[in-house]
Amino acid sequence: MAVSLPDENFTLQATGRVARRQAVSRASKWVLLGASMIGVVVLFALMVDTIVVGWSRISWSFFTSYPSRFADQAGLRSSFIGSIWILSLTIVFVVPIAIATAIWIEEFAPKTRLLEFVKLNLANLAGVPSIIYGVLGLAVFVRLFGWGSSILAGSFTLFLMILPMTVIASQEAIRQVPPSLRQGSLALGATEWQTVWYHVLPGALPGIITGVILALARAAGETAALIMIGAFTFIAFDNTSIWDSFTTMPIQVYNWTVRPQEAFRQNAAAGILVLMTVVLTFNIAAAALRERFRN
Amino acid sequence: MAAAGTRLDADIGTALSKGRFKRVGESVIKLSLVAAASVSLFTTVAIVAVLVWESIPFFQEVPVQDFLLKTDWQPLFEPISFGIWELIAGTMNIVLWSLVMALPIGLAAAIYLSEYADPNVRRILKPMLEALASVPTVVYAYFALTFVTLNVLRPILGDSISIFNALGASTVMAVMLIPTIASISEDAMSSVPRELREGAYGLGATRLEVAFKVVLPAALSGVIASVLLAVARAVGETMIVAVAAGSTPNLTLNPLESIQTMTGYMLQVGLGDAARGSVQYRSLFAVGLSLFVITMIFNIAAQLVIKRFREEYD
Repeated sequence: MAVSLPDENFTLQATGRVARRQAVSRASKWVLLGASMIGVVVLFALMVDTIVVGWSRISWSFFTSYPSRFADQAGLRSSFIGSIWILSLTIVFVVPIAIATAIWIEEFAPKTRLLEFVKLNLANLAGVPSIIYGVLGLAVFVRLFGWGSSILAGSFTLFLMILPMTVIASQEAIRQVPPSLRQGSLALGATEWQTVWYHVLPGALPGIITGVILALARAAGETAALIMIGAFTFIAFDNTSIWDSFTTMPIQVYNWTVRPQEAFRQNAAAGILVLMTVVLTFNIAAAALRERFRN
Repeated sequence: MAAAGTRLDADIGTALSKGRFKRVGESVIKLSLVAAASVSLFTTVAIVAVLVWESIPFFQEVPVQDFLLKTDWQPLFEPISFGIWELIAGTMNIVLWSLVMALPIGLAAAIYLSEYADPNVRRILKPMLEALASVPTVVYAYFALTFVTLNVLRPILGDSISIFNALGASTVMAVMLIPTIASISEDAMSSVPRELREGAYGLGATRLEVAFKVVLPAALSGVIASVLLAVARAVGETMIVAVAAGSTPNLTLNPLESIQTMTGYMLQVGLGDAARGSVQYRSLFAVGLSLFVITMIFNIAAQLVIKRFREEYD
């Protein structure tokens, strides 16, 4: 049955004040979208500028040369190797401790005030500025333990810095594992630890790895904490031991940035391109992993 | 019968002892989990202990009231003075101007993502915004000094702005803070119940009116939490201010001037400008303690507010 309208020209069109309110509301969509994009656009412009300035310095010798007081001969070699040492050692420390902490909190800890305190403490540690971790590393690892400004001291400092965020990510991953898996395992006679080891951990693993990769991206870009423990040094050799002094890529970029000569700015831009590639690779890997294991 | 009985008993015995052995293994594992979990507690204890312990010799040389009440921070030249207010003013300068820029942009992004964006736009825009938080701060520092100050601010403002200035650092810091404000505010807005929105639509409100007059007020505690966390991040950020804002302690909120923040001073000491064992070197820990306390206050306040808004609609 067709509905007949009283008038051929009848439309449900608002007029006057209402029309204005609707127009403002429609326009607001684009204003808000524009505002949301500002940060992204600024970052994009900055990256384009960096590519323009730094691209000409990217060459094989940029990766194989040690730092130098001549800008066109300086390279990333020692800082690249230093970064690899620091990150590898940091993974070795952070993975077992972070996962064990998350398992304890989610699976074993009695629900007491102490547990609440541990959680609150983790949330606060995640907000402590990185330079404070640097001061901690300087006082404890470099001086009290007598490790000097070594790779070991540096990776312990970064380990403590990224531990809270890794634990929090691992906790979330463990919480995603459905309780029915645990109940099934326990009902079949598995012990609590067997349940965690054979059922909870495998289910939580993609989420945990994602968290670890994101934390490593943080560590890979960290500058202030490592400068505090004394990594702002001239290194013209390849690191071979955890007791070596070291420098890392972000510190090398900082070094080149603060020099007044224009030529070093180019090196800084080229260094940033390498650093951003590394950090973006970490982030994309984490995002891909999260997408793949979504369900 | 008796023989079979003992056999059975023996089996049960083995099974039990195995079980008991297993349980011993389990408790060893549990103990090591507790040990791992205690690392984070020890970290907090160590941070507080180091900062307090190393500050004591500093405060024996420089009276606490001078540190807290004087306004001159002049650690290297006579007359030497350690009044922290110039450094705190530098930090406040950066926090103020970076938030002036980051808050409207971050809120706009949160409102857009929560109230306007269709799922496809959202899936692209959200990771792009979050990418802003993953850029290493030394990269932002380079941008602040070279691009923002030399290519944008100097040509516009001329010589009225120093090469090292608070505005360049604040601008780039704002970009870094956008995702913090946007994602936490958006969480809060998304958890506002649909009924509130539908009630407003039913009364004839437009989408914009719903967003600003219903959702934003209802999510206010989440927005406040996001701002508190952003402040804590801005206070603790080091590289951007150390590179771009200068190293001139300055009691001003004028963004065009060269300043020094608490973190900027700490990095300067860390770079080796002060001899170990000197009072300048020890001041590192006193400033670090102040920085730690300030960020702690903002972080805990944010936690408390977040806890409240979680309870509001759950």
